[in-house]
Amino acid sequence: MKDLQKHIIRVGLLLGLFAIVATTLVAFTEENTREQIKENQRQALLDGINALIPHDEYDNAILQDTLLLPPTEALGTEEPTLVYRARQNGEPVAVVMTVVAPDGYSGTIKMLVGIYHSGKLAGVRVIDHKETPGLGDKIDVKKDDWILQFEGLSLGNPPASKWKVKKDGGEFDQFTGATITPRAVVGAVKQSLEYFRKHRDELFAVTEEAK
Amino acid sequence: MNAYKQIIVDGLWKNNPGLVQLLGLCPLLAVTNTVINGLGLGLATILTLVASNGIISLLRNQIPDEARLPVFVMIIASIVTIIELSMNAWFHELYLILGIFIPLIVTNCSIIGRAEAFAARNSVGPALLDGLMMGLGFAAVLLLLGAMRELLGQGTLFSQAYLMFGEGARGLTITVIEDYRGFLMALLPPGAFIGLGLIVALKNSIDIRLAKREPKASVVEVETPAAG
Repeated sequence: MKDLQKHIIRVGLLLGLFAIVATTLVAFTEENTREQIKENQRQALLDGINALIPHDEYDNAILQDTLLLPPTEALGTEEPTLVYRARQNGEPVAVVMTVVAPDGYSGTIKMLVGIYHSGKLAGVRVIDHKETPGLGDKIDVKKDDWILQFEGLSLGNPPASKWKVKKDGGEFDQFTGATITPRAVVGAVKQSLEYFRKHRDELFAVTEEAK
Repeated sequence: MNAYKQIIVDGLWKNNPGLVQLLGLCPLLAVTNTVINGLGLGLATILTLVASNGIISLLRNQIPDEARLPVFVMIIASIVTIIELSMNAWFHELYLILGIFIPLIVTNCSIIGRAEAFAARNSVGPALLDGLMMGLGFAAVLLLLGAMRELLGQGTLFSQAYLMFGEGARGLTITVIEDYRGFLMALLPPGAFIGLGLIVALKNSIDIRLAKREPKASVVEVETPAAG
């Protein structure tokens, strides 16, 4: 019996050792890649902003003219996000906000939503998602033009009751075989427009750092 | 050298993970609606299989036999996570293309299948070759099934090739059938099951024909697929 006990303890310890080594390696990799991944994401963010608001429509330094937004339920954000403000001759032109759709098919869908001062959408781009390849990933502008249809729309156009995918009686096409993903995106865009309508002046307010 | 030849034949044909072992069906059926998607998952799977086979073979004498499965799971999950993080950081362009496929590999039981059936019992060289060949065999099935479903479903081949090969590859897309109205079922999961069934049937009929031509191999091996 003694031998068996010894054996069980030995196997258990070895298993624990493997767990420690494996976890250490993953933690080490995470530690070493974190900054670079953040940098890559920041670069993607910059590219995204430039794709939404044409460069000749504003003359301020958009990356410096930011507003730190606390986690906001209406935007689906769970950590503070930056709002980028575009201005021309000091007059507000547009904001670019980070919006998270919490109800994608496989987790959250992170987007940039650009809204002109008038409440008209400058456009929407998905910057991070885990939707099914070939089905839900058509929300990515690299794979499909679907996301471009938001450009120029606003809360009145189409009317609020039509801000849904067609399957739910709205105006927006779903994808063949994937309804949940576009439904999540349409819902989140609509919510962000409503949020913008309520908080427009706060969003454009000149903050101390920006002056 | 015969053993190496055996490994190659096993991986690519005789014991193909997609057609004979029927392992890794979840990612296989999920993403093969276009050739390019199949290629993406195929490449990511080859990479992971080679890495996990190599590491498990290196550690095979240290891994306690009774606890080998949890150890394999830990090793594979760590490898996949490390590959994903590293690609995200240093090969961001590639990550944007293959990144979505990598988490899918964790659900591929052919990886743990190869760890258990081969890498844990063989030295590093054969284990690496086995990983490569099993990966290639799996990728071949992904490509074939992807081609079938894309052709039937939307009448094209290599659509979205630019995602993998850059803007220059936009011309690579072949529209086989002009004004094709699409056959949705081929793109949806039932199309994947039916397509895979047809490929398995084709492989079996080729095997039977080959066996008839060579009367020396008296028994037609009917391998029972494992679940997975």
